[in-house]
Amino acid sequence: MTEHYSLACRECGANWGNQPTSICQACFSPLDVVYDYEFIRSRVTRERIARREPNLWRYREFLPLPPQENPGGRTGFTPLLEAPRLARVFQAGNLYVKNDAVCSPTLSFKDRVVSTALVQARRFGFNVIGCASTGNLANAVAAQAARAGLEAWIFVPDDLESAKILGTQIYGARVVRIAGNYDQVNRLCSQVADRYRWALVNVNLRPYYAEGSKTVGFEIAEQLGWCLPDNVVVPMAGGSLLTKIHKAFQELIKTGLVEDKPVRFFGAQATGCSPISTAVKRGRTEIEPQKPATIARSLAIGNPADGPYAIQTITNSGGWAEDVTDAEIVSGIELLAHTEGVFTETAGGVTTGVAQKLFAQGRIKPNETTVLVISGNGLKTLDAVRPAPAQPAVAPRLADFEAYLREAGATLPTEVPA
Amino acid sequence: MNIRVHIPTAFRRFTREQPVLLCDAADLAGLLAALQEKFPELAARLRDEQGQLRRFVNVYVNEEDIRFLGGATYRFAENDEVMLLPSIAGG
Repeated sequence: MTEHYSLACRECGANWGNQPTSICQACFSPLDVVYDYEFIRSRVTRERIARREPNLWRYREFLPLPPQENPGGRTGFTPLLEAPRLARVFQAGNLYVKNDAVCSPTLSFKDRVVSTALVQARRFGFNVIGCASTGNLANAVAAQAARAGLEAWIFVPDDLESAKILGTQIYGARVVRIAGNYDQVNRLCSQVADRYRWALVNVNLRPYYAEGSKTVGFEIAEQLGWCLPDNVVVPMAGGSLLTKIHKAFQELIKTGLVEDKPVRFFGAQATGCSPISTAVKRGRTEIEPQKPATIARSLAIGNPADGPYAIQTITNSGGWAEDVTDAEIVSGIELLAHTEGVFTETAGGVTTGVAQKLFAQGRIKPNETTVLVISGNGLKTLDAVRPAPAQPAVAPRLADFEAYLREAGATLPTEVPA
Repeated sequence: MNIRVHIPTAFRRFTREQPVLLCDAADLAGLLAALQEKFPELAARLRDEQGQLRRFVNVYVNEEDIRFLGGATYRFAENDEVMLLPSIAGG
């Protein structure tokens, strides 16, 4: 079986074929999936892709998928929504929301990365899959493991939102709450993957896993009519999603599916966990790790593995990075819901809040095409949103409803003519 | 100071499969120098062209990232448990 993809070191370039590992044996740096682009170019056209099922496998040649495999499913190909009402608030035009709050099956972009990792877990013969997670990945691994009939072990920080714990356990996965933050969970998982023959998707399958994130980029381009946007605003935890959207755009250019065009990458973080945005703002190329303290738990990674690459991508593209406070995150969630009918989780509040800042700072030009990447669903982080004040119930009588309207100071509605 | 250095599987082919190394080093530079002497192949992979620890290798001392302890300025204490781990995972 020959594949058109393999693992190569991101630093020294050494090629390691295909195996469940994420570390270069020559220099201990991270591995990435590389492809035979001649092969891809000979196989793909816009028309051929357009005829395929609306899921992430429509870009199969660009993914680490053995030629005979056909996973199917409904993951990916989420809506790219025009966002004119949000654009008005930002005093901008041409604004879009890539809505992974409705990604299938678990309502976050992590469904994509688990899809590509799961193919490899099977290919390498693993019976157990798992992950270190800030929540969304936990949900995604648990759900897809259940469907694939695999045992799942999920490691999470103990302060995780209850909805994300419940939304993992319900699939029958073993959830191990670790007394510590994500970076400590991550360190433990490196040791677990080192000792047991388990497929921890974001540890020993990480290069394959991360490739799933590229499909956000492929979809944005296809949904814009095979054009690249001028700007993308992307939430950053480990920093991988941003770099993979960049890789996707480059691959589309390389294979002739889109015109070459500069795209500026803007990274979004929570101020309480902002190692990447801090580095960008200070002009640094390296990460200084932080101890996270933010309601955006899905972004609470203080020592982001792809941080240096995210900094590089942002800086080289002429973009920028910003961060927002917890209060601004909640406002961002409300703003996106009020204007575009999209209820996102805290990470999406970060993206929306940061976008608002970037437009206000003039770093994003109002009339350029800008896409906000909304990576998860608000129903998972209900605790983060201020509860509305409890209101007394209205008696089921028209007179009481009208009294209620007057009390609420609402403009009385126009009556239907008699 | 006598410290114990834990080596992940991925690195052990350069330590003759030893999972834990006993080492006498005052600080991170001392540790890298000691490894250079005993396991030059390992040290060559841990250090970049400038001789600094590579940015994708994390060092933990008693389970804390050494960067929170002062990084290069941290002085090892007797019986410190040191762990070398490649930087991976996220999300």
